[in-house]
Amino acid sequence: MLGEITKFFLSLSTLTFLPMLGAGVVMLLKIVLPEQKSLGRNVALLFSLIVLIQSIALFGYYAAGTCPIGNVPANANANASASPFVFACEHQSEFFPLVGSTWHVGIDGLSAAMILLTGILTPLAMLISYEIEENVHEHMALFLFFEMGLLGLFVSLDLFTFFLFWELSLVPMYFLINIWGGENRRYASFKFFLYAMGGSLGLLLAIQLISSVAGTMDIPTLVAMWPKNLNATGGALTLPFGASLETVKNIAFLAFFVAFAIKVPIWPFHTWLPDAHTEAPTAGSMLLAGVMLKLGAYGFLRLVIPLFPAQSQAFAPVIAILAMAGIILGALAAWGQTDFKRLVAYSSVNHMGFVVLGIAAFAAIYNTILTGGATSAEQMRSVTLATNGAVLQMFNHGLSSAGMFLLVGALYHKAHTRDLTKFGGLWTLIPVYGTLLIFTSMASLGLPGLGGFVSEFQVVAGSWWFFPTITAVSMLGLLMTGAYILKGIRAVLHGPVNEHWRDHHLEISPREVLALAPLVILILVTGVWPNWIMPVINQTVTRLFGL
Amino acid sequence: MLVTIILAVLIIASLVLLLFVNENQGQEARSIAILATMITLVLSVVIFLQMNQPGNLAAAQSNAGTGRSYFVDELNIPWIPSLGIGYHVGVDGVTAPMILLTGIATFCGVLISWRITDRTREFMAFFLLLAAGVYGVFVSLDMFLLFFWYEFAIFPMYLLIATWGWVERREYAAMKLTLYILIGSVFALVGLLVLYFSMGAFFSDLAHPERLATLRQVLNNPTATAFSFDFSHFEIASRWAQLANGQPGPFDVASIGGVSIARFWFPFIFIGFGVLAGLFPFHNWSPDGHVAAPTAVSMIHAGVLMKLGAYAALRVGVQLLPEGAKVHLPWIILLALINVVYGAFIAFRQRDFKYVIGFSSVSHMGLVSMGFASMNLVGMTGAGLQMFSHGAMTALFFACVGMVYDQAHTRDIPSLGGFGKKLPFVATAFVFAGLVSMGMPGLSGFIAEFPILSGVFQGPIVNPATLQLTYTPTFNYYPYIAILSALGIIVTAAYVLRVAQQVFGGEFNEARFPGVKGVTLTDKFAIVLLAGSLLFVALFPNVMSSMIKSGMAPVVTALQQNAPVGR
Repeated sequence: MLGEITKFFLSLSTLTFLPMLGAGVVMLLKIVLPEQKSLGRNVALLFSLIVLIQSIALFGYYAAGTCPIGNVPANANANASASPFVFACEHQSEFFPLVGSTWHVGIDGLSAAMILLTGILTPLAMLISYEIEENVHEHMALFLFFEMGLLGLFVSLDLFTFFLFWELSLVPMYFLINIWGGENRRYASFKFFLYAMGGSLGLLLAIQLISSVAGTMDIPTLVAMWPKNLNATGGALTLPFGASLETVKNIAFLAFFVAFAIKVPIWPFHTWLPDAHTEAPTAGSMLLAGVMLKLGAYGFLRLVIPLFPAQSQAFAPVIAILAMAGIILGALAAWGQTDFKRLVAYSSVNHMGFVVLGIAAFAAIYNTILTGGATSAEQMRSVTLATNGAVLQMFNHGLSSAGMFLLVGALYHKAHTRDLTKFGGLWTLIPVYGTLLIFTSMASLGLPGLGGFVSEFQVVAGSWWFFPTITAVSMLGLLMTGAYILKGIRAVLHGPVNEHWRDHHLEISPREVLALAPLVILILVTGVWPNWIMPVINQTVTRLFGL
Repeated sequence: MLVTIILAVLIIASLVLLLFVNENQGQEARSIAILATMITLVLSVVIFLQMNQPGNLAAAQSNAGTGRSYFVDELNIPWIPSLGIGYHVGVDGVTAPMILLTGIATFCGVLISWRITDRTREFMAFFLLLAAGVYGVFVSLDMFLLFFWYEFAIFPMYLLIATWGWVERREYAAMKLTLYILIGSVFALVGLLVLYFSMGAFFSDLAHPERLATLRQVLNNPTATAFSFDFSHFEIASRWAQLANGQPGPFDVASIGGVSIARFWFPFIFIGFGVLAGLFPFHNWSPDGHVAAPTAVSMIHAGVLMKLGAYAALRVGVQLLPEGAKVHLPWIILLALINVVYGAFIAFRQRDFKYVIGFSSVSHMGLVSMGFASMNLVGMTGAGLQMFSHGAMTALFFACVGMVYDQAHTRDIPSLGGFGKKLPFVATAFVFAGLVSMGMPGLSGFIAEFPILSGVFQGPIVNPATLQLTYTPTFNYYPYIAILSALGIIVTAAYVLRVAQQVFGGEFNEARFPGVKGVTLTDKFAIVLLAGSLLFVALFPNVMSSMIKSGMAPVVTALQQNAPVGR
């Protein structure tokens, strides 16, 4: 009995739809008890905490290699076993046979880390949105709905459901920005939505192209067969409209690339980001920067490079150059901001650049490994390092950017301005806030001993072998990161005290400290002892490279 | 039997309303109407569940190989035997969802019309007659009967728009709508008569007595006559080549200009009915008609009536004349593409709230035609799904628009604003319908659009050896059409967001719109029912898609089989 309950509780379908159930309960509470705002908040928080427990348990079970749920999908495609991805906690059942889609879920080290990140950040963001007084129930329900989209995407092993959750995560974020956002929210949310829709339209068409050519939407099967130019059953591909195989693959690759590049965002597809992040409510920005950007990078690691190794290899130098541009220009743009939140928003472009640099290194060699070409031990070591670093950087940036947005929001909520020129010398007035801000900024800056350093070091060390010049220039970007972070700290905390704030209560509230504390601890733990998460990621990465 | 009861209930109820209810008995009129539509809704659900039984689905699937449709709940009573006209009704996998949709839309329509106080009795009576006409078309298995109900539906529609519509435009719009649809159906009728006479001449040919014998044998009816409007006769005639070892059938006979009947008359029938489905360039009546109609009529009109056109074009056009379809659908798909993209752009440009939704129907119905034109099982099933999804969605849209208009007395988008605060329920419903319409994954619009785009992507080249696309250029442009039509989806997202933003977002002007109050319980119930049916399709896509697939399979079989005579 207990075993059955555990199995149900830990199944990935439950994980995905529990937040949805929570959203329904919260909306029901709105109808039944519309005045009880704090009840709605607490119930929503409770649901996200249950999801947190689930995600921690799943991570633990995955790390220990003892997933309690049956690992053999009911009607798995025989060819899926050739896939370099190996999943745990798998489940497969019928969903929409007309288009050849099944409900196929599973996790590996990559998704386990991302699920853990989502599970950690959502309750913290919820805690922050306790400050929202308007339409509380809707706000909380949208958060839970958003969590469902994110979790569903990370567990999906079918292109159809992957796309489904990809799009679903847009809707709640649109409304979160549009209803609870800053002054310019209309413009920002519209731009965000259309940008993302535009990208995903290409993704939709490319998914249809692939499914019509290969005859399946199952991701493990596709990863195993598609790069070898075989269809789901091992036969030849049926090419449409008399196009050559080359053309079909190039078109599909480009569509995938653009869709995920917008989400990461890779320079020059990043222009939606500063607006959306700045206008979103604090909790929205936390999840937007903390998790949603990772969807793009996850798409690269899970789909783009494994499905299109040859195209990715040819394109790898371009990806690396774009990563470098993101790092340098993102840092410069952040440096030029006077709006504190916009500064932090641009820092995401800069930090995600390192993820992209690691991805570029992965792309540069994966095709050679897959086709059995000659690879030196040095290359293998470097690419493992870079890819591991990219995944860890996704996790670390999730923590540090969420922390930064939290702190910026905490200040804005009390001071009602984010203009850096209006602050100054606040450390003497708000010592606790100042300390936390400096700590989180240092994590963002990449101070050794904190999370960001470990992952950025891995990325840079790994990609050096493949793109020495680009990596060298990107490392200059690290310097500029220091410059803009210090600029932010100096403008807020140091210098002569701005007397205007002496009578204001700007100190961080206990609730905000409570929300920030887990992030601070995790950043420190990951910086000092990264090995709590590294083996899980490394296991998946090394298996991908056949090591 | 059930479908006959539905038709009888609706017609009897409307007669009772007109004959036995007094002019001032508004509440009685409403009660009778709601009772009648409730009965029909329940029966529609029963019919849907009957078709959904695994046995029926399996029988339909196995029947599909012979290229003949499988009907449940059939009833065949001779009506005018000398002309071969009978009262023949039945339901297959394509029509069962349409029956369900009609049941939901008419029931919700009566709920939404609860507030109509001007000549309630007549309104409800005509509304029920309209519903009867719509049901009649979907269940008719006799082509004469199909035409009968088709015209039958137009007359109450005219009266409903011209009498209860938007004062400024109602007479113009009602007349425009009626003329468009009538002229379209006249072309289709001429085409159908050509088929009837050529089929009669073919089977009664004294030089070939074996033809009639084969017909009677296949139909398992020793008294079948040569001249008949029965669907099964047409079905056999269109598939004569398969039955008689490659002998040309009645529709392969040379017609005007040496082109076979199937190929010459297909566009007249398809486009003639396509007028009612809003096919470009004959879509012009539809936005005017939708806007001028009272709310409940707009719901039926865009929600169900447009599907009549698409359904008839499929049943009479594509299924009976596959040879014509193979030649003409490859260019008709271009019209459908214009529908999708141009319709969306025009909707984006509108200032009138209701016109936005009116043009969005033009855009979405284009996807249905596009799905038909894909000529493969995935695309055509998607078209069937889209018919249901769009029907419920657009009914929901018009219900929302009506609720805002009733309170604001204007539909000018820039002067509206902030209604989300006053009518949160309507705002939520509108946004929900908007997400469906922009094809948001997880909702029914996506469940329908995905197979349509997939089908168009694959194109009709399922079996190149047997498809003789004489007008097709040397390269297959179907994938490009799928890509271009995706543009329409982006524009749809843009106009839906824009309208939702401007009408429901922003500040509410208390001075301009005094006394706005929440919606009534009946309105809420209608909204929940429509939204629920959309969610049902989205959450259990397999239920409706396998049913529609079983109904579309014979059509696709007919399209894929070899044609002996290429005229």
